[in-house]
Amino acid sequence: MGTILKVQNVNKRFGGLKALNEVNLEVEEGTVHAIIGPNGAGKSTLLNTFVGRLTPDTGSVMFNGTSLLGIKPHEINQAGVSRVFQTPEIFGELTLLENVMIPAFARRDGSFTLNAFSTVVGETSLQQKAMDTLSDLGLGEKANEIANQMSRGDKRRLELAMCLVQEPKLLLLDEPTAGMARADTNNTIDLLKRIAERGITMVVIEHDMHVVFSLAQKISVLAQGTVIAEDLPQNIKGNPKVQEAYLGGAHL
Amino acid sequence: MNTPSKTSDMILLVCFAAAVLAGPIIMAPFGAGYPDLLQKFAIFGIFAIGFNILFGLTGYLSFGHAAFLGAGSYTAVWAFKLFSMNPIPALILAVVMGGVFALIIGFVSLRRSGIYFSILTLAFAQMSYNLAYSVLTPITNGETGLQLVQSDPRWIDTAIFGIDYGSVLPSSSLFGIDMTGFHGFYFCAAILILCFYVSMRIFRSPFGMMLRAVKTNQNRMNYTGLNTRPYALAAFVISGMYAGLAGGLMAVMDPLAGAERMQWTASGEVVLMTILGGTGTLLGPVIGAGAIKYFENIFSAFNENILMGFFSFLPEGLQHAAVSVAGLFVGEGWHLTLGVLFMVIVIFLPGGLMEGVARIGRLFKRKSGDDGAKTATVPAE
Repeated sequence: MGTILKVQNVNKRFGGLKALNEVNLEVEEGTVHAIIGPNGAGKSTLLNTFVGRLTPDTGSVMFNGTSLLGIKPHEINQAGVSRVFQTPEIFGELTLLENVMIPAFARRDGSFTLNAFSTVVGETSLQQKAMDTLSDLGLGEKANEIANQMSRGDKRRLELAMCLVQEPKLLLLDEPTAGMARADTNNTIDLLKRIAERGITMVVIEHDMHVVFSLAQKISVLAQGTVIAEDLPQNIKGNPKVQEAYLGGAHL
Repeated sequence: MNTPSKTSDMILLVCFAAAVLAGPIIMAPFGAGYPDLLQKFAIFGIFAIGFNILFGLTGYLSFGHAAFLGAGSYTAVWAFKLFSMNPIPALILAVVMGGVFALIIGFVSLRRSGIYFSILTLAFAQMSYNLAYSVLTPITNGETGLQLVQSDPRWIDTAIFGIDYGSVLPSSSLFGIDMTGFHGFYFCAAILILCFYVSMRIFRSPFGMMLRAVKTNQNRMNYTGLNTRPYALAAFVISGMYAGLAGGLMAVMDPLAGAERMQWTASGEVVLMTILGGTGTLLGPVIGAGAIKYFENIFSAFNENILMGFFSFLPEGLQHAAVSVAGLFVGEGWHLTLGVLFMVIVIFLPGGLMEGVARIGRLFKRKSGDDGAKTATVPAE
């Protein structure tokens, strides 16, 4: 297994604030890599540089050996990177089935096709694929409901389904359990574990240490825009630098 | 929303075609069974169907669609002058010109969304209108409007078919069938049905689903690997072509084109038609176009004498008062009626007339209970 995502010396400044300072990160293919750190550490900023939302001032972001910098978000997705947002980004006025069919079409037909001569109903194989993905995430029975009418938890799972139907090489998750009750969090952990077992590489930003330590094979700790530690989970817990930055010296 | 089956779409299309073709009979009791008005219904129906492909599916509200309508009209009249009085080449050129105009204006305007997009399209349309009025007079014949003249070359007609129109001004004719009266209406009706069918195909296609995704969440589209710009631009160009076709048809029915066709009021009218009928529905825009053109015809024809007769049951003093109040809403002031009608619809039926139809439909469904579900499957045979 090689390195699927390689981040080297990335810097990003917002006015006087140095959001990312010489960030280095290597994500191994087929693993779950967690990025943790206190609020404002630059976690989301870093994730944004992976999907084309932000361009770093200096440094490089390589995915499977090609640079992701200066490439549009839709091109990055077509290369195999899918992202789940902190607040679910879904097609609120469409049905769940349509929500999942759209990414499936995007993967099959590319970023633009004037496909006005067939019917959505006639695309049985894609429809089946979308249905399977929905059922897999426990949303099969709600396939014909409007996405906006779903609960927050269902919306999150829907967004995950939209990413999974594309069979991404790299899945980026921004706080997948934020605002969830403990039971829901445990369900999400099980779900993400199942996804990880399929060999999909994941980068997870997370606040909840329970989630991080149940999922991640490797953890990077970000504080004030700098990676202060990158290690296996068992070593991170005891790292004094991490304790200092993250909890002001308190034990994890 | 349930995905409609192929059969229910076919039934809708057949019913639509039947209703349009039977238009002269259906509309006769309402005093609208004459060809001039029916042609208007059909032409504005086409305009609104096209507008709905942009506004209803992608949510981009264009306030400049009259520019494409005008471009189509001018192109069709030029086609009559230069090539042939046959409407087919004129309409093809009008559609192409509408599409080209839309491609240029859309390419620039779609860099922005929301209100900025609307303002940009409005600005472009007003620019086209002013150009047509002044600088482009050699092409548009300015204030007078572009008309046919006896000395027009009509190369194809004279050179290939050897038609000599003599000293009378010709009217457009489809292989010998004069495009006036009911012939003209049926020609428009056939094109309207075709346009409705194409719009239906777009609505049900993956492309149509992408357009609805553009309306809902462009951010998600981008992160899903889809490029939103070409989708929006394609919708804009298609609706521009519809507008060009409608403009061309206007010229076919009455071969002259004036700059006022490009004015912002004409752009606003198609917005009203679409919203009144039901944005994003298949039938809504056609119904909205019909309703507005019908009421325009009825109310603008009212005058004081008719009103006096209408209120004759009142005592004289009240009769005059009633007439002077009602008089504001008819004749020249019929736009006031349109305004009131529009407000009532938007406030009580935000989904337009089609929402009203759907509500009545639901009322019946609830009454009949399971029967509704059983009968719905019957047409599948």
